[in-house]
Amino acid sequence: MTAVVNSSRVERSPAIAQLRRRLAWARANLFARPIDVLLTSTIAAAAVALLWAIVPWAFIDAVWVGENRAACRPDAACWAFIVNRGGQFLYGFYPQPERWRVNAVFLIFAVSVFLLLRRDTPGKRVVAFFLLLVFPILGYVLLHGGVAGLSRVTTDKWGGLSLTLLLGVAGIVVSFPIAIVLALGRQSEMPLFRWASIAYIEICRGLPLIAVLFMARILLPYAFPVGSEFDPLALAVTGIILFESAYLAEVFRGGFQAIPKGQAEAAAAIGFGYWRTAIYVTLPQMLRVVVPGVVNNAIALVKNTTLVVILGLFEVLNIVAAGAADPDWLGLHAEGYVFVGLVFWGLCFAMSRYSQSLERELKAAERS
Amino acid sequence: MKSIILAALALAGAAALPAEAAEGDTVKAIRARGELLCGVSTGVSTGMSTLDNQGNWKGMEVEFCRGLAAAILGDASKVKFVPLEFRVAFTTLQSGAADILARTATWSYSRDASLNLDWAGVYMYDGQGFMVAKKLGAKSGKDLNGASICVSAGTTSELNLADYFRSNGMKYTVITGSTREQNQQSLESGRCDAYSNERGGLAASRTAMKNPDDWVILPDVFSKEPLGPTLRQDDARFRDIVAWTLNIIIAAEEFGVTKANVAEQAASSTNPEVQRMLGKTGEFGKMLGMEQDWAVKVIAATGNYGELYERNLGSGSPIKLDRGLNSLWSKGGLLYSPPFR
Repeated sequence: MTAVVNSSRVERSPAIAQLRRRLAWARANLFARPIDVLLTSTIAAAAVALLWAIVPWAFIDAVWVGENRAACRPDAACWAFIVNRGGQFLYGFYPQPERWRVNAVFLIFAVSVFLLLRRDTPGKRVVAFFLLLVFPILGYVLLHGGVAGLSRVTTDKWGGLSLTLLLGVAGIVVSFPIAIVLALGRQSEMPLFRWASIAYIEICRGLPLIAVLFMARILLPYAFPVGSEFDPLALAVTGIILFESAYLAEVFRGGFQAIPKGQAEAAAAIGFGYWRTAIYVTLPQMLRVVVPGVVNNAIALVKNTTLVVILGLFEVLNIVAAGAADPDWLGLHAEGYVFVGLVFWGLCFAMSRYSQSLERELKAAERS
Repeated sequence: MKSIILAALALAGAAALPAEAAEGDTVKAIRARGELLCGVSTGVSTGMSTLDNQGNWKGMEVEFCRGLAAAILGDASKVKFVPLEFRVAFTTLQSGAADILARTATWSYSRDASLNLDWAGVYMYDGQGFMVAKKLGAKSGKDLNGASICVSAGTTSELNLADYFRSNGMKYTVITGSTREQNQQSLESGRCDAYSNERGGLAASRTAMKNPDDWVILPDVFSKEPLGPTLRQDDARFRDIVAWTLNIIIAAEEFGVTKANVAEQAASSTNPEVQRMLGKTGEFGKMLGMEQDWAVKVIAATGNYGELYERNLGSGSPIKLDRGLNSLWSKGGLLYSPPFR
């Protein structure tokens, strides 16, 4: 009788049942043997100690508002530095009233990528065409201005996180079609096309990006008459595309090789030529396989963009480093680098999560 | 491997024939362009060239370039700052992508002789020293026998440090870092007893410490680091203009001409040398192909040397570096302008 009353009371409070389940799980997984108890409590103690050290510095005592370093406390984080310079860290020297243009470009990019990767978007081909061929030009026109009533914003004004993203997006979007051509070329049966592709890939892949950027800064001006000016951003984007397309081409080659030979043979059997086989049979399957490789490259590329400081461009890392050398905010490197670290980690983590969900979706599509 | 490639690139850059220009071409090019291209640091040279909250350039070297733009173009705002990492600075200047470097470049024999560069004077006499904790109780570098010393790897500072200890017959342990902030952190956390760098850099590091008053820069100065405007070697006329821009700034302090009173002084000074400098008498502007009142424009843009220094490095700035050698010759320093005659 009592047992029945007890169990019915438990059923009536699901919270207690859940707590019990959790305790049981903890007992089984965390405290099963003495060694488990020791390990669990050591790790928990270390985590608490770490939080104890970080939380007061980063949150409780931190200063969020201030005009310069005088407002900060020596023993706590000074996020006022980041808050005060937030606009500069995001947009570089892009004039304040024009910053909507930067936002617009990234919004257009995000929406078209979203549409392209959603499974049931109608007219995906149009979106892909737009993203690969129209968007780079539209984006440049919007950012640079000088037409259609938009004021001109020269590229030396671009900077901060938006420049980092711009270099990453331009690097991937423009390299994508080039890399597909190179990957096809590398497997082509036409010797000239094949040799040219192999030579390009091997040369560009063998060079460190930093060396390419140094060459652009130091050697290029000697090859042209005195006084010819080079747009550092154009040099940076060109260098990154040279470098990135070679890397992506190898990822795509791996994708092509992962497709069973029978696919191409079956296509040939029903009378498909080279291009039709590529467009309808091998390319779509290849693109499905290479998602992790492309994302991996994109993550590496985003981090490589910090090297463009060689060309005098201030992407997010270097604009923050410059901020911490300003006499007004001197010495706030910890705050600056924590911020940059979080930004880069956030970007890369988002990309990696996205690629995982995409892979799951593609797998589901394959099964159906 | 990477460093070998970089070294090869740097050599190739240095060996390539520099752009030859004729006398006076640099000024012509600047006037045609309507803009002075001034090579500065990538915003990391505290007190010399950094960015403010609004993204504008500031610092002593930045202001020197503004003064030069005022001299040549009559407008201090007509400067395009070219941010340069140290590794690419000299080759960028040689290639013509900058007219002048104002980028904390030390004037030395080998650079002057072999890099096809010229220095048009010295706007900051810096030198290497030590910073230690006050509680260490050291009174001079001689007290640092057996100490561990932080220094930036691969710099002349590291070599100077070795020379200093060898010539004094003392022992030390070197702890190298790659950047100024790294060395500063090492010193603050007690990884080393002293940090050795140029005194200007040390003063900036001290400002960045949690408690600047706990740290002291020892009086020893054991290297010469004269910093000045760096130019290509091919244009003696441009060199004259840059050198005299600096001389005007120094002489203005000597004559008591300031940013605020320069217009008044130009109109009513009774000192014949000031009258010549500011263009009231004589034709001193024309001799260099400049406007008659170019000195007025320079001083209106930058102020005199004392103002320039105190605002960016000295008592008017958070760095609070004393003038030391950067005082007028009449006050025990090294600043000396040839006469305006």
